[in-house]
Amino acid sequence: MELDKWLVLLKPVNLLFVLTGLWLTIKMALVSIVLSLAIGTLIAVLRSSGFAPIRWLALMYTESMRNLPLLLLVFFSYFAMPKLGINLSIYWAAVVAFTVFTSALVAEIVRGGIQSVPRGQVEAAISSGMTYLQTMQYVILPQAMKKMIPPLISQFVTLVKDTSYAMIIGASELFEHGKLIYIQYNNPLQTLFFVAVVYFVVNYSLSLYGRYLERRLATD
Amino acid sequence: MSSNWITVFSYTPNLLGGLKVTIYISLTALLLSLVIGLIVAVFRTFPNRLLNRLGLAYVEFFQNTPLIIQVFFFYLGGPSIGIMLPRVYCGMLGLAVYTGAYIAEVFRAGIQAVPSGQAEAARSSGMTYLQAMRYVIIPQAVKIVLPPLGNQTINLVKNSAILSTIAVGDLMYQTNIASSDTFIVFEFFIFAALLYLCITVPLSQLVNLMERRFKAGH
Repeated sequence: MELDKWLVLLKPVNLLFVLTGLWLTIKMALVSIVLSLAIGTLIAVLRSSGFAPIRWLALMYTESMRNLPLLLLVFFSYFAMPKLGINLSIYWAAVVAFTVFTSALVAEIVRGGIQSVPRGQVEAAISSGMTYLQTMQYVILPQAMKKMIPPLISQFVTLVKDTSYAMIIGASELFEHGKLIYIQYNNPLQTLFFVAVVYFVVNYSLSLYGRYLERRLATD
Repeated sequence: MSSNWITVFSYTPNLLGGLKVTIYISLTALLLSLVIGLIVAVFRTFPNRLLNRLGLAYVEFFQNTPLIIQVFFFYLGGPSIGIMLPRVYCGMLGLAVYTGAYIAEVFRAGIQAVPSGQAEAARSSGMTYLQAMRYVIIPQAVKIVLPPLGNQTINLVKNSAILSTIAVGDLMYQTNIASSDTFIVFEFFIFAALLYLCITVPLSQLVNLMERRFKAGH
């Protein structure tokens, strides 16, 4: 009886169902992390801008977004954005919320990386005729990257976990598929454990890879 | 627009009630996760391989799986093996178990930051392992630990919104109820966001202050 509740999880149809959920989870996480990297880097650059109002706006963005519950942002982008005339599908509403939230955290990571580059190098680059953006691109960012990669990977792990929030607005990702399985077989304990293990395998491999990179970068 | 705001403000007592529940849940879960974190961190630094591994397994498992699964595990999984807890406790347990894994790592970093010579000195002057922890290591580790602990508290408050999915009556839940009662969505979410920021922004300022203070002190 109890064993059956575990065994149904191994039926090919259920395994396949879990895997299709995992695929959407990974897709959402990948799209969101790429967007967050772009926006986060932009915001980090804006935060060190010479023009004060831009600096303040960037600061306000990071401070408010990273201090709000992600769930509120997910609800906002799915339920409130249509009131502003912006209708997003479940998938994109979730991706937008993840991106807004994660980009604020990425911006902090990037800023930490930028600040780790000694100030003298920036001055040297500028006095040798580079523009601000050239200095960023050729001098600061390549060096900052080393500092940034380990925290960025752990941010990515967080993002993979966070995609489970999309289930609340009905995205058919990993957790949602798990939910449909345990509703059908009445085995929440077993299915939730199984789904947790799937998340764990993905995230733990990512974490290990992050640690490997960290060691490699440290010895360079 | 403005008439919407009047309706939203008339729900202020409900939302403030929700905020109170959010604070209550966060504080209780924080206490629990401090206990869990401390135990796991001591395991992690214990000179015993098995306990060490157990602590590590705890941290890795709970840090690498979504919080919402852990909450649902207590909420739905518990009853299926005959453990019935009120919803609020299921939520708090989920939050505490999850945050405890992060706090354990914070504590471990703090413990390990204290030079090992001091622990050895304490041991060789006749203290037991736990006494050395209590009188020598932990008092020094506190400074290193407080700022990241503050960050975990902020995360805990934000994460508590997830408990609205099991209907514990927190701020997020009350906001959802009010907005589906009135069909006013935008304004309610903005209002709730501001209420959340009222808790998290001062906390994050406090963390910044501590970081600067403790850095200056070294």
